[in-house]
Amino acid sequence: MAREVAGRDTFAKLLFDQAALRGDASAIREKRRGIWGNITFRMLSDEAAHLSLALAERGIARGERVAVIGDNRPRLFGAIAATHALGGVAVPLYPDSSAEEVAGQLRAARVSAVFAEDQEQVDKVLDILPNCPGVRLVVYDDDRGMRHYVHPGLADHGHLIDEGQALAAKAPDAYRQAVAAGQGSDEAFVFFTSGASGAPKGVVFTHAALIGRTRAAVQAQGLTASDTTLAFFPPGWLCQTMFSYMSSMVAGLCICCPESLETLIDDMREIAPTSLLTTPRMLDAIFSRISTRMEETGGINLVLYRRALALAQRVGRQRMEGYAPGAVNRFGMAAYGALIYAPLRDILGMSRLRSACSTGDTLDPAMQGFFQTLGIDLRQVYGATETAFFVAMQRHGDEGRGTVGKPLDDIAVRISDRGEIEVRSDGLMAGYLDDPSAMAAVRSADGWLRTGDAGILEPDGNLRLVDRMDAIGRLADGTVFAPRMLESRIRFSPHIRDAVVVGDGRDGICALVDIDTLAVGRWADDHAIAYMGHADLASQDEVYGLVADWIAEVNAGLARDPATAALQIRRFALVPEELGTENGFLTPTGKVRRHAVTERFAALIEGLYAGQSEVMLETAAVEEGHHGPVALKIREASVVGVPGSRRAA
Amino acid sequence: MNVVTQSHIPGVERAYPIGEPILELDSISLRFGGVQALTNISFDIREHEVRAIIGPNGAGKSSMLNVIGGLYTPQDGTIRFRGEKFANMTPGKAARLGIARTFQNIALFKRMTVLENIMAGRRLFTHANFLEVALQLPRARREELESREKAEEIIEFLEIQQIRKTQVSRLPYGLQKRVELGRALAAEPQILLLDEPMAGMNVEEKQDMCRFILDVNDHYGTTMVLIEHDMGVVMDISDRVVVLDYGKKIGDGSPAEVRSNQDVIDAYLGVAH
Repeated sequence: MAREVAGRDTFAKLLFDQAALRGDASAIREKRRGIWGNITFRMLSDEAAHLSLALAERGIARGERVAVIGDNRPRLFGAIAATHALGGVAVPLYPDSSAEEVAGQLRAARVSAVFAEDQEQVDKVLDILPNCPGVRLVVYDDDRGMRHYVHPGLADHGHLIDEGQALAAKAPDAYRQAVAAGQGSDEAFVFFTSGASGAPKGVVFTHAALIGRTRAAVQAQGLTASDTTLAFFPPGWLCQTMFSYMSSMVAGLCICCPESLETLIDDMREIAPTSLLTTPRMLDAIFSRISTRMEETGGINLVLYRRALALAQRVGRQRMEGYAPGAVNRFGMAAYGALIYAPLRDILGMSRLRSACSTGDTLDPAMQGFFQTLGIDLRQVYGATETAFFVAMQRHGDEGRGTVGKPLDDIAVRISDRGEIEVRSDGLMAGYLDDPSAMAAVRSADGWLRTGDAGILEPDGNLRLVDRMDAIGRLADGTVFAPRMLESRIRFSPHIRDAVVVGDGRDGICALVDIDTLAVGRWADDHAIAYMGHADLASQDEVYGLVADWIAEVNAGLARDPATAALQIRRFALVPEELGTENGFLTPTGKVRRHAVTERFAALIEGLYAGQSEVMLETAAVEEGHHGPVALKIREASVVGVPGSRRAA
Repeated sequence: MNVVTQSHIPGVERAYPIGEPILELDSISLRFGGVQALTNISFDIREHEVRAIIGPNGAGKSSMLNVIGGLYTPQDGTIRFRGEKFANMTPGKAARLGIARTFQNIALFKRMTVLENIMAGRRLFTHANFLEVALQLPRARREELESREKAEEIIEFLEIQQIRKTQVSRLPYGLQKRVELGRALAAEPQILLLDEPMAGMNVEEKQDMCRFILDVNDHYGTTMVLIEHDMGVVMDISDRVVVLDYGKKIGDGSPAEVRSNQDVIDAYLGVAH
């Protein structure tokens, strides 16, 4: 294995190098049956070698596309590595996608082979196989329940590796030759956009583009081979695969795979990763969990916790205004550090965290402040699937101002006349799947790609994200507003999971609010309010009162800033269904599908503007005991001041 | 009696086809003082099958299971295990023969974790004495590791990874039932006796439990004997069903046969006796 493969321009060559240079280092760790197993770069490279030979034997050729569906598992990364080894293109799909979605994506990407994690995914693929004539091979990893399956195109992952091992014995140089034949300009991945606005689109990337962006990402975070990351978002999200597989190939860091999403918090505590990808939604969930558990603790712990947070906020403000904290505050910070911040970091599995990146949505400055108080280096990163993600990142000193940071060194960013963010870099997509016209529609002749995001480039070089271009609304009086900013402020309450604000073409802003069942449930228990299930909880007058108080606070906050004073939330309603991935209201990465929500609750929105205090809505019988139409309540929110200044936000 | 070779998925051979009788009960009668709990009951249990004992409340189902498990000694009748006759079965003997069970009112160690409970089910396979365990001598260490490995396999099989370190008393009822099944499985039984595994569960929990019962049978080939008073659930997952009423056997056969048996229909519809 000592022979080098020239150039480090494909992921396969990078893996070959990692295996040759540091073969005994951990590439992947996976918790299975309670124990963290270890897969070294040499083991991963061997698996890629054997599996790729077996795939080639079964007729999968250079340039063909291979889909992988499943969670972050060593076998999934092995399948991607094998695909790259034989010069194929990996197409990671979302495990939560419906069979129809998967069928559409397999057809769109003209996939020849599919790696499906388990019976659930195999069932999905076999169901749709008649509609996907291109798929010749379906490989499964977990054999539980698979004994009954008899299908000519079906193969066991483990058997394929054995087959490949035999082939490798006959042709020991085949793997190296196949790897050496790859070039940076070859296609490496196809990712599907999350579809927050419109149908998911397949986006094609070359090795060179993604390796370039990953190098920039690794450098910006200061990651090295001694770092560890935990991968738990779906691999179909480019961002996650860049933080796991691609970073591991480029920088040699170790990817940890949790046992399951249910055990994530324990697994994270055991591993204590040094690098983490996260989203505002996940941070919200962690924050809610801490707050509710602290409130439950009560007594001295709660008092200390509150004081620790208050002090940290004071000191944070002072630092931002340029003062050094005094001796008393410094002593306080050190004391609370030992008593509160460090134990909390440990419980969250963040004790060794050096770099945490939040993306996918705008991070509320207060939320960011909370985590920074705990001593966690949490920074906002901005990018889209089409731009291979790492476009801008907050540097030290940029935090807490609501921007997404400065563009990375090798990227050019400008704001168009329409207020849209445009990006030029070597890391852009090669194109949309089989649709050259779609690419031409978003990229100018001189290489500027329209991101579809509205933004502002501030004088100090920081990029401020406003919202998606098509989400930006204009009130009847002409006031421009960005729903995303308002929603993230509403969401900051531990009792609220999500919010969708409306108001385009209307005379004021209204909000649909989705409460956090767990947190509000606990609150209801404390206040002796009986309820059964989410829908019932979301219809209680007391809960409406709780949310109304919060929205009044949000309105007061908006009123303090002249730029947002006109954007008062006038009325709101609580939605009876939890907004989730399974009911189609969220994308697999947890972003709200605005259209799905406004369509489903169209009657409610009309009611909000018609001044009604109640709207009847057909439910999908979500919970036992709730059939037929339910009455949804609407409440006025207390507004601050009269919207006088009519200027654009 | 036609022997079932079809698995629960149509058109596919079972991994463990139903074999010869593993347990034969002949003319079993059980009395508690003046109360005749079981009267002259005979039936057999074939290897690798899912066998249900059903009947209305008070029909003698649990007594029957306790006779098989060795908790009760019948006054009359014989029990044969793989052809060998046992005059009086005891719980210890039953365990060594490979008979494990779960209880109607969950009998877990409430203050121990899920993992500890399941490892406790490995008692038959550990031989290290108190001193060896206390001093962590090689045999004790090896056995502990083996137990842990087996327990983790079961935890994965039953999909309870997220609660492995949770104290049992803090778990909801449905999960406790699943843990109890896990502890019984840890004994690697040949026959698994399940006393009302689905009692008190909601529909979703019942479906989960049915799936696990079939999965255990399919994956480990374990012979399953389960008691249930809810006929509907049992009919879908059993190969053969025995029906008891007032301590007497009133039906025995495939679910279809039992369903069309007039005595059974009467017993369930509550005809006056």
